[in-house]
Amino acid sequence: MSHFAYVLISYAASAFVVLALVAWVIIDQRARKAELAALESRGVRRRSDSAPAKADHG
Amino acid sequence: MIASIAAFLTGLANPTRFLTVAGRLMPWMIGVTALLFAVGLYLSFQAPEDYQQGMTVRIMFIHVPSAWLAMMCYTVMAIAAIGTLVWRHPLADVAAKAAAPIGAAFTFLALLTGSLWGKPMWGTWWVWDARLTSVFVLFLMYLGLIALNRAMDDPARSARVSAIIILVGYINIPIIKFSVEWWNTLHQPASVMRLDGPTIHPSLLYPLLVMALAFSMLFFTLHFAAMRNEIWRRRVASMRRQAARSARG
Repeated sequence: MSHFAYVLISYAASAFVVLALVAWVIIDQRARKAELAALESRGVRRRSDSAPAKADHG
Repeated sequence: MIASIAAFLTGLANPTRFLTVAGRLMPWMIGVTALLFAVGLYLSFQAPEDYQQGMTVRIMFIHVPSAWLAMMCYTVMAIAAIGTLVWRHPLADVAAKAAAPIGAAFTFLALLTGSLWGKPMWGTWWVWDARLTSVFVLFLMYLGLIALNRAMDDPARSARVSAIIILVGYINIPIIKFSVEWWNTLHQPASVMRLDGPTIHPSLLYPLLVMALAFSMLFFTLHFAAMRNEIWRRRVASMRRQAARSARG
């Protein structure tokens, strides 16, 4: 294997891992927001929220 | 001045306040990270080849920042662990839990790119020398902490157990750092963070430092985003418990 191949695989693997981390964060964020929205649509509120509760999606 | 900084940090201790501040900062952090990576990658591929390593020196521009971050991430977790045990800071456990998968990913990258550099330069993918072995132990520690967090249902109990394990495991960080000085290793000694200054030529040092900044910004951006997700996850769990209590009562 040429030296170029080692460099290419290193950068490609790094890009894959970084993109996987970004995808994990985005997918997790969407899932949590969907869960919060579903609970709020059922009228569930956090105890610390003053009535009428306001959704805090950051 | 100090009082206003302390007031700002105290304000951040509130998860709702943290969500608001992190939400505002996130677009800027993403922009700065992307810009630093664009500059860093440009400089990395403009840098001259090393007279001994040839073009494989370019692996250093991702291997070294990954290795630094592997240790920095664990240090962030150790500070958070102190926050959990001593001050019971509401965000401390959130910070530690959110950092573990990111630290594992960067440690994996450090091991992988080190191996890909080692094969053409050392003639072997792996040796059980002190530096490589201690970094591998760090990777296993990250995986163990992730498994522990997922195995325990009670976040408060899991937080204390994790914090103690993180602090005990921190002994591995100075071992990683000084392994190349304490033992005879195939891995070369430190060439950037030295008391007598870096031994790398500026043409290779500057791209490395820019890439290190880019990786660090990437870590903080991902960590903030993962912390927000963890706060929302705990809110969902809390609201579900509340709904279950209301249904029973």
